[in-house]
Amino acid sequence: MLGLDTLSPTVQATLLVAVVLVEAIVLYAGYGVVERAVAPPVIERLGNG
Amino acid sequence: MALLGLSIELLALFIGFGFMVGVFFGFFGMGGSFLVTPALLILDYPAPVAIGSSMAFVFGTAVIATLKHHDVGEVDYKLGALMFVGIVLGIEGGKAVVFFLEALGRAELVVGVAYILLLAAIGVLFVRSALNQSTDDDDDTGDEIPEIAQTIKSYNIPPMVTLTDGSKASMWTISGVGGGVGLVSGFLGVGGGFIRMPAIYYLIGVSLTAAVGTSLFGALMSGAVGAFTYGLSGVIDIGVVTALLMGSALGARIGSAATAYVDEDDVTIYFGIMLLLASTAVAFGELATWLEMPILDTVSFVLLVGSSLFVTVVIFYYGVQAVRTTDSHPGTAAKGND
Repeated sequence: MLGLDTLSPTVQATLLVAVVLVEAIVLYAGYGVVERAVAPPVIERLGNG
Repeated sequence: MALLGLSIELLALFIGFGFMVGVFFGFFGMGGSFLVTPALLILDYPAPVAIGSSMAFVFGTAVIATLKHHDVGEVDYKLGALMFVGIVLGIEGGKAVVFFLEALGRAELVVGVAYILLLAAIGVLFVRSALNQSTDDDDDTGDEIPEIAQTIKSYNIPPMVTLTDGSKASMWTISGVGGGVGLVSGFLGVGGGFIRMPAIYYLIGVSLTAAVGTSLFGALMSGAVGAFTYGLSGVIDIGVVTALLMGSALGARIGSAATAYVDEDDVTIYFGIMLLLASTAVAFGELATWLEMPILDTVSFVLLVGSSLFVTVVIFYYGVQAVRTTDSHPGTAAKGND
């Protein structure tokens, strides 16, 4: 669909590693924002519960 | 309807399984990869796809672990660089074996049996460690070089190289460790931290803290090289990898935070039992193929996911109990070998 099949295996493999790298960084950063927002009230609520 | 090339059911399954694997990874510092390949094999993914996708997952989790530590700790970069060639050759060798077995139509069987033995061995080690923990009072100080490493170093087989700490090690030992761990990684689709860290510590003989950091650095290299190597053959399912990472990145944060509240000794035995059940699950999966009894595939799947879910719930349970009974605060005791 994106024409990736026409790229050489080396380029495809390099792109794949890059995609996983970017995914990991984005997920780490994204969940970090969620953790900072959600974790303190959840811990406090559990502590009071 | 499909997302990332997966049905909604499979997508939810992989995110959920990734979450559990992430909790183990964050809490125990391992378990991140050696559950993924067996799960994919049980779901009837071909061995090269299961191993290649697991290697890409290893790379993603190693990146996340590195970000979590802000750096990879005390790393002997020179040692890491020297091991690199061995790792590359080892992974290539492991991949070659997998594709050779695949051509013979025996890859799933051989890799499955290897996992039965691996999971059982690690499971027994964890259970034994949990049962003996009360008598283990002589922990390593972190800076002492073990006796076996000193013996190996004393052989001085040239070429010798000087490591960052000033000590010398044979290039043969370094290449052997890199190649050996790379071979296991490339053959099973695991990060190999559970053997790389002890191998660096016991065979090459750097301090424990440097061994841990250099091992994580090695996981980054292994994961990247493994993902690239299997990527060249076009067997990595990026949808599976993405779904697993979506779950594991969250699970690793929770597992890591739980270490501030939960005593690892309380749950180690459950993790060991889970690994033994996972070994049994893979055995059922192999039997299902061998005996042509699909019901055993279902038993295998339920056993693997069920035991993982049970240990996740145990960690959560102990965590919630600890939060309710103590006033400790979340720490940054992030682990992460691979």
